[in-house]
Amino acid sequence: MKYLEAIGKYFIMIWEVFKKPTKWRIMKTLIFKEIDELIYGAMGIIIFISFFIGGVVTIQTALNLNSPLLPKSLIGFATRQSVILEFAPTFTSIIMAGKVGSYITSSIGTMRVTEQIDALEVMGINSLNYLVFPKIVATMLYPFAVAISMFVGILGGWIAAVFGGFAPSGEFIQGLQMDFDSFHVTYAFIKSVVFAFVIATVPSYHGYYMTGGALEVGKASTTSFVWTSVVIIILNYVLTQLLLG
Amino acid sequence: MIEVENIHKSFGDNHVLKGISTIFDKGKTNLIIGQSGSGKTVFLKCLLGLFEPDEGSICYNGQYYSKLSTKERRNLRQEMGMVFQGSALFDSMTVEGNVMFPLDMFTNQSQSEKQDRVDFVLKRVNLVDAHKRYPAEISGGMQKRVAIARAIVMNPKYLFCDEPNSGLDPKTAILIDNLIHEITQEYDITTVINTHDMNSVMEIGEKIIFLKNGFKEWEGTNKEIFKTDNKAVTDFVYSSELFKKVRQMYIEERN
Repeated sequence: MKYLEAIGKYFIMIWEVFKKPTKWRIMKTLIFKEIDELIYGAMGIIIFISFFIGGVVTIQTALNLNSPLLPKSLIGFATRQSVILEFAPTFTSIIMAGKVGSYITSSIGTMRVTEQIDALEVMGINSLNYLVFPKIVATMLYPFAVAISMFVGILGGWIAAVFGGFAPSGEFIQGLQMDFDSFHVTYAFIKSVVFAFVIATVPSYHGYYMTGGALEVGKASTTSFVWTSVVIIILNYVLTQLLLG
Repeated sequence: MIEVENIHKSFGDNHVLKGISTIFDKGKTNLIIGQSGSGKTVFLKCLLGLFEPDEGSICYNGQYYSKLSTKERRNLRQEMGMVFQGSALFDSMTVEGNVMFPLDMFTNQSQSEKQDRVDFVLKRVNLVDAHKRYPAEISGGMQKRVAIARAIVMNPKYLFCDEPNSGLDPKTAILIDNLIHEITQEYDITTVINTHDMNSVMEIGEKIIFLKNGFKEWEGTNKEIFKTDNKAVTDFVYSSELFKKVRQMYIEERN
């Protein structure tokens, strides 16, 4: 019953976010600020993790393809499929849920605790639109981050394969191009847009409706990370079944 | 003027406000006092429209809040200024940004017009050299003055303050009290202050409402509070030895 109430409250919040928009002149500034913090600010960790995970995927694939009958190009193929289909959109989203989601919950939660949200409401401002809408718009640029994650992940795989002596460059690249289905990239981008919406709104919900003091802000950040991850994993299954099943 | 008629408010089984009726006059500093848990904050939040009363009505210059549409309520709220207990300044903005915020949101004034208005109100609250500083870089007293400047920058008809001098030293607290009182008279606004501070009661309480367990126990002026025999009020107001002596001196002087 408690969960049903929370789900209902979440959807009412989403409805409120799109009501009574803030002046575009102000909103534009807020959106650019959020792009800087939520997307540009997360690029470092996305690139770092993508590079090394791409490398690890390649090494593990290579070590499991030790039959001389299997072509080395399969290493490139497996790396591409793993990175594009799952790692870049889903794994990166879980990382973003931790980094960006915690930031969103704690920043909105602190505003709640220090009555800054009440101050916005008293002024007659739709605080949900003011606080959450720019975050939703900013995270819609998340597919660009996922595209970079795909590129860097595959680059990390190529470096691991070539410099680790697991596959020659030519065969790895041949594997990357083998049976390429462009819909897999579309599928990854569709997933990343849905996950981006979850990353912007679920942590906002936990921050906006939190009660208590500084300790509860920390607890809300942890809860928001758990729920954002759970929702992403469930939606990942549903979208995969719908789009690829 | 704000007319409050038989306000009730409950949270689950907790009946917080139990039929409060009063009138807050224009151009006067109205104080709500009472012990912690007496319903002061809930009452103030009902006046601000942050809580919807379960029963009763609140009328702002002839406009019944419960009968207003969402848009009309938001418009009415733009006529209200609020000074929060913890100032509630936006951390990410400078002092100037905080004060300019309502102008940015609700007016189409040019940058120079807004800047002039911000300079004027900051000067009015005696803050002339803090424009570019962030809330974390200024003292509690200065934060309160910025909060007052932000509250009055739109020329509000109603000013609400939730314990405006809590956490301040006595000298700064008196300065803040006097500032609010002067602004109330200068701009002829209806000011409602929620306070525990007995100095405020004595100095600026043109109308005082004493709440106890969700009821309005007493109402009067700062002159009348010296004379009252209401035990709940005297127990609360004269709980310190200093105020007991002040009252004794007043009674002796009167006799």
